[in-house]
Parts: sequence; structure tokens; C-alpha cells
Amino acid sequence: MIKEQPKLLKTLNIITMVMMLIAIGLVFLYAPMEAVMGPVQKVFYFHVSSTWTGALGFLVSAIAGGFYLRTKKQTWDIISVAGVEIGLVFMLIGIVSGSIWARPIWNTWWTWDPRLTTTTIMELIYLAYFMLRRGIEEPERRARFGAVYSIVGFLSVPLTFLSIRIFRTIHPVIIGSSDPTASGAFDMTGKMTQTFVFSLITYSVLFATLLWHRTRLGKLSAEIEEAKLRINE
Amino acid sequence: MPEAADTINYMVAGYVVIFGVMLTYLVSLVARWRRAHRDKAMLKELADRDEP
Repeated sequence: MIKEQPKLLKTLNIITMVMMLIAIGLVFLYAPMEAVMGPVQKVFYFHVSSTWTGALGFLVSAIAGGFYLRTKKQTWDIISVAGVEIGLVFMLIGIVSGSIWARPIWNTWWTWDPRLTTTTIMELIYLAYFMLRRGIEEPERRARFGAVYSIVGFLSVPLTFLSIRIFRTIHPVIIGSSDPTASGAFDMTGKMTQTFVFSLITYSVLFATLLWHRTRLGKLSAEIEEAKLRINE
Repeated sequence: MPEAADTINYMVAGYVVIFGVMLTYLVSLVARWRRAHRDKAMLKELADRDEP
């Protein structure tokens, strides 16, 4: 039975909002302007944090999928779905904000660079996850197929992460050394690093909050489905 | 020292997308939550009516 938001979730909501406001303040008021790229470099803080959140969502989904296969508990399936949904939203933010950053820096909105290509493939793989689930009516079978898909689909995440480290690419590597052909790389100052790390932590907290809310919604939807079945019987 | 490029419009566009998509997702969560609660209340009403 889904009740009112637990106290801990309410506290997490407030912490997330406060951290988000601080992160925005750090990006616009504390982090210095990058000397070459100018203001558009500030997109970097939330762009990377968004893709990080997306990857976190897909990781949680794969882990929850594994637990579902082991325990057959519906809650794990609900968490797995929540992870993919949040992952898709934040990966989309990462793709679009990256494209906007690329326009003045690479002089193009889009290029089929290894990082951009693998990210797009990853997004499409997880979009197909929902298509797969919609195609299966029987709930247990849907959950089982979804769990296997989320685990196999997760292979695309490390591949995307490593793509700029393995292949020749114009996408800059911020942590580690960039390919010599990369365009838009920059050295982070202390204030930039602090802002970047704080943004990553904020987005991780935001992810936890959203995951909790989305899981509660999933549980409520499952209750409704069960009630509908009972009435139809 | 070279002057930084004037890229403020792209920065604004980037953050409009970042906050716009996040806000849209939050609104969708709230809307689905409300709809689910409405459905649940309706189903409870139906179940109560069917009970002898």
C-alpha cells in the first residue's frame, strides 16, 4: 500500500533542491570563465553530470535486473524500469546539451564521432527496452525479459565511456589525457574542479531522489493493475 | 591574451535544454502520480459498490 511520502524522502527532496541551487550558484558565480570557449564551457558541468546520471540509471537497472532474476520479486523489476527511464531522460539531456556545446566549438551540431555514435546507440538500446516491455503482456515474462535486456544492454555503457579513450576522436577527455585530435579540451582550475565535483554529487543525489519517487509510482501502478485484474475476475 | 569567444547564446540554449527536460520529466512524474491516485480511488469505489 502506497502512503504519504516518507520523512526521509521529504528530507531528500529538500536536500536535492538546496544542492541544486548551490550547484547552479557555483557554475554561474564561482567557476571562472574558460579563456577560449567563453560562457558555453559552463554547459560542461551539467552536461557531464547528466550523462553520469544517465549511466547511473542504466547501472541501477542492470543490478536490479540481476536481483529480479534471482529473487523474482516485483520490486526489483519496478526499480529496473525506474533506472532505465531516468537514465534515458538524463542521457537525452547529455546528448542535446553536448550538441549545443559542439556548435560553436566544433562548428557543427553533430558529427559521427565514436563518443557521439556510441551514446546514440546506447540511448536507442534503452528506448527499445520500453518497446520490448510493451510487446509482452504477461507481467512475469515481461519482467524476466526486461531484466535480461537491461543486463545485456548495460554493455553499451562502458563501451560509451571508453570510446573516447580507445578510438581516435575529437571529443575531449576531461579526466585523463585527450586524443591529440580532440577539440574543446581545457585544463580545469581548482574552482572548476570543485564546481564539477559538486555538480556530480548533486546529480547523484538528484538521481537517488528521482529513483525513489519513480519506484513509488511504479509500485502504485502495480497495485492499480492488480486491482483492475481483481475487478475483472 | 586572446579574448574568450562570445558563446553566451549557446550557454543559455544549453541550460534551457537541461532545465527544460528536467522540469518536463518532473511534471510528467507528478501528472502520472495524480492520475494513478485518481484511478486507485475510482477502483476502490467500484470494489466497494460490488461488495454485497
